[in-house]
Amino acid sequence: MSLLEIQQLSTTFSGSGGEADVEAVRDLSLNVERGETVAVVGESGSGKSVTALSVMQLLPYPQAYHPSGSIRLGEDELIGAPPALLQSLRGDRMAMIFQEPMTALNPLHTVEKQIGETLRLHQGLDRDAARQRSLELLRRVQIPDPEQRLESWPHQLSGGQRQRVMIAMALANEPDLLIADEPTTALDVTVQAEILTLLREQQIQLNMGLLLITHDLTLVSHIADRVYVMTQGRVVEQGVTTQILTEPTHPYTRKLLASEPPPRWDRARSSVPVRPVDASIEATGRATGPAHSSGQVDPPDDLLQVDDLRVWFPIKRGLLRRTVGHVKAVDGVSLQLASGSTIGLVGESGSGKTTLAMAVLRLLTSEGGIRFCGHDLQLLKNTQLRALRRQFQVVFQDPLSSLSPRLSAFQIVEEGLKVHGIGGHYQQRRAHVAAALHEVGLDPASMDRFPHEFSGGQRQRLAVARALILEPRFLVLDEPTSALDRTVQLQIIELLQRLQEQHDLAYLFISHDLRVVRALADELVVLRDGVVVESGRARDLFEAPRQQYTQRLMQAAFTRSVGGFDS
Amino acid sequence: MTSVAPPPPAEIRWCGVRISRLSRRRLANFRANRRGWWSTWIFLALFLFTLPAEFVANDRPLLVWLNGELYVPVLSSYAETDFGGEFETEADYRDPYFQQLLQGSGWALWPLIRYGNRTVNFALREPAPAPPSGNNWLGTDDQARDVLARLIYGCRISVLFGLCLTFFSSLVGIAAGAIQGYFGGWVDLLFQRFIEVWQGLPTLYLLIILASLVEPNFAWLLGLLLLFSWMSLVGVVRAEFLRARNFDFVRAARALGVDDITIMRRHVLPNAMASTLTFLPFILTGSVTVLTSLDFLGFGLPAGSPSLGELLAQGKRNLHAPWLGVTVVVVLSVMLSLLVFIGEAVRDAFDPRRSLEPSGSAG
Repeated sequence: MSLLEIQQLSTTFSGSGGEADVEAVRDLSLNVERGETVAVVGESGSGKSVTALSVMQLLPYPQAYHPSGSIRLGEDELIGAPPALLQSLRGDRMAMIFQEPMTALNPLHTVEKQIGETLRLHQGLDRDAARQRSLELLRRVQIPDPEQRLESWPHQLSGGQRQRVMIAMALANEPDLLIADEPTTALDVTVQAEILTLLREQQIQLNMGLLLITHDLTLVSHIADRVYVMTQGRVVEQGVTTQILTEPTHPYTRKLLASEPPPRWDRARSSVPVRPVDASIEATGRATGPAHSSGQVDPPDDLLQVDDLRVWFPIKRGLLRRTVGHVKAVDGVSLQLASGSTIGLVGESGSGKTTLAMAVLRLLTSEGGIRFCGHDLQLLKNTQLRALRRQFQVVFQDPLSSLSPRLSAFQIVEEGLKVHGIGGHYQQRRAHVAAALHEVGLDPASMDRFPHEFSGGQRQRLAVARALILEPRFLVLDEPTSALDRTVQLQIIELLQRLQEQHDLAYLFISHDLRVVRALADELVVLRDGVVVESGRARDLFEAPRQQYTQRLMQAAFTRSVGGFDS
Repeated sequence: MTSVAPPPPAEIRWCGVRISRLSRRRLANFRANRRGWWSTWIFLALFLFTLPAEFVANDRPLLVWLNGELYVPVLSSYAETDFGGEFETEADYRDPYFQQLLQGSGWALWPLIRYGNRTVNFALREPAPAPPSGNNWLGTDDQARDVLARLIYGCRISVLFGLCLTFFSSLVGIAAGAIQGYFGGWVDLLFQRFIEVWQGLPTLYLLIILASLVEPNFAWLLGLLLLFSWMSLVGVVRAEFLRARNFDFVRAARALGVDDITIMRRHVLPNAMASTLTFLPFILTGSVTVLTSLDFLGFGLPAGSPSLGELLAQGKRNLHAPWLGVTVVVVLSVMLSLLVFIGEAVRDAFDPRRSLEPSGSAG
């Protein structure tokens, strides 16, 4: 008998205020055996998280309900089970790990208290015994200094450590079934690999069933035994992992697998006729790379030149708030960017990528030289800077939060025109906005809709349109694809590539996702703790990274998609 | 797909004000709350009834027709001689002598209640305060003035005062909160400390001291209370601005080159408005209560002014005349309850969990 057996499960959310019901999961059958890892793969909105929460019976009932189906854990039927039974099962025989370890841990409790809670509840251990067991669990999930960590608060841990604590909590009662809902999505690439290895090891050691929910098909390829591919609430394909990866039958699975963008240097560089500018870019690229040295004579046609940029945040202590030191968010970074080319800025979270970009845009105070189009941005007064802002624009990571929720698409895009007094009267501005929307691949007829009525990818297109309508020469792209699904990422990357060729745009492209950066960057800058680790021509760095840190990044990002964990 | 701009969207306008879809949704939510919706209408009806108080309760007729000529005593004053009387002083329309003048050759159209707010009923058969009767529907107070007439005038002044105070204190409060929240840092720090000190000032004593220096009137009281009431909104607005100023769309607007004032007005304020508007009915309730209590204590409007607080004080002084106390307590409780019901309905209507589109919770 299977450990977990789901048959013909449907989960529906009843609509509020006369709206139609939402069928999140339809007719789903799935089973997990003891000692087996099963992955459920799908993009956002596919119903994979709802499936996981249905198993735990943690959905907002009665707003959510199951019109049909059964979920059996061993002998126990979970749908409609009395709350007391569910409570005794949760955390004991089935446990769950959530995506965002920061919000899943209670910020007011120490690690010891968080882990100890389930031990005391389900095993009835006293304080000392619970402490001993917690320590043992922390060792099991390989946290350094477990004794000290017991006293730590969640905010004192790094993202990876928090996720390890979450795993320790889930493993506390040695559950039969472990559900991991996007356990690595919020983590850096190098940490992702470690966490997955840990999960796999624990699963084998404890002979658990592991249900892994993820959007990243390649990520799970080497730890999952079987894969279910979900879209729009249905399972469209299932089977043994190797078979799904090598011979996908369903078109959606194929799309998921193919959604890796090709490297920039492999891409034929022109559907547009090559202009003389393009040639000079290539020349510049070669002239500046591969090694970065600050004493180098810069080519005259650099659009943006950043010299020894520093953003230091003072640390203040004591009664008199004296500055005792600095957090060096960005420390002595130099960049040169020619028009029409792209610098890829990569690094893990906390490396200062975004801070650097905000400083370059002068949205943050910084020290050091920023020359743009022959102007020294650091010396410009606010009014002069405001006029120059037309020339450099920014696209943020989360398209929903970067669009005013109360303004329509038209109002959002036209704002730049109004600010800079261009674009003429109302009708002309509408025509301008329509053209801009058309250019980024949105239907101009939708310009009077509000941001929440667009999908994630459409919102990001809208954000690009807002930046583009001012006809800038330089665009900062701060993780523009991170909040999007893989297949949508690819579309946005293609859009950015096309726009760059058509408008001779220069990009400062920030991302932690090396696969995306590879598709766009001419040059690469690797940042760590605010300092440039390595920089040079993107192709050189991707093919032969010299610094150890870069090598580790590359390995974490690419080995898993080609080889396996064992390599 | 073409890049031709679609025609501007058909907008729903109401009295020239554009109503967005979100507002419509909120309005629908507000209407769905039956208690709040009915309270609004009852309150509006009462307010509109008391607003033209001079036409509802007055000791002058609305129209007088005498010898082929039309007089409008409610708007202008006429001497008694104009009606063929003897004195050149203003006509006393309630005097039986005036009735005699009219007899045979004219008529007078009276308001619903034939007493003004200061009219003393000299025809009482018993000592004031007199119990309710056919003449004085709710009785008279201890100076033989009609209670119903004073109630109507009193309600009007209470609500008008409340509305004025609410309007001005939100204006000042929103501006102050916006500046603190948006700029943060030293501006915020200094402003916050100032507010803490300012809040510590004993408002009531200040009013008592000032009442001994000047005779407070409507404008004086409004100004004085405004000095202290604007702080109630600062906290909410400041918090909303503090939260919103780090939003990506605000950063995006700054990157576009939008100036601070436009960002505050166009991008941040609309997001702060929901929680602000939620507060307004409760501030209105508070303002009405403040005026009533000041009048009750005798530090409010000048002596003789019709007001709910003054009537309440009379009720307390004349416990043997229960119609005074009962009337004003009933009126006050009904009015304040209506306002609280409206406030609750507004609060629920602005609740983002109800008014925003439910986002797909599937994941």
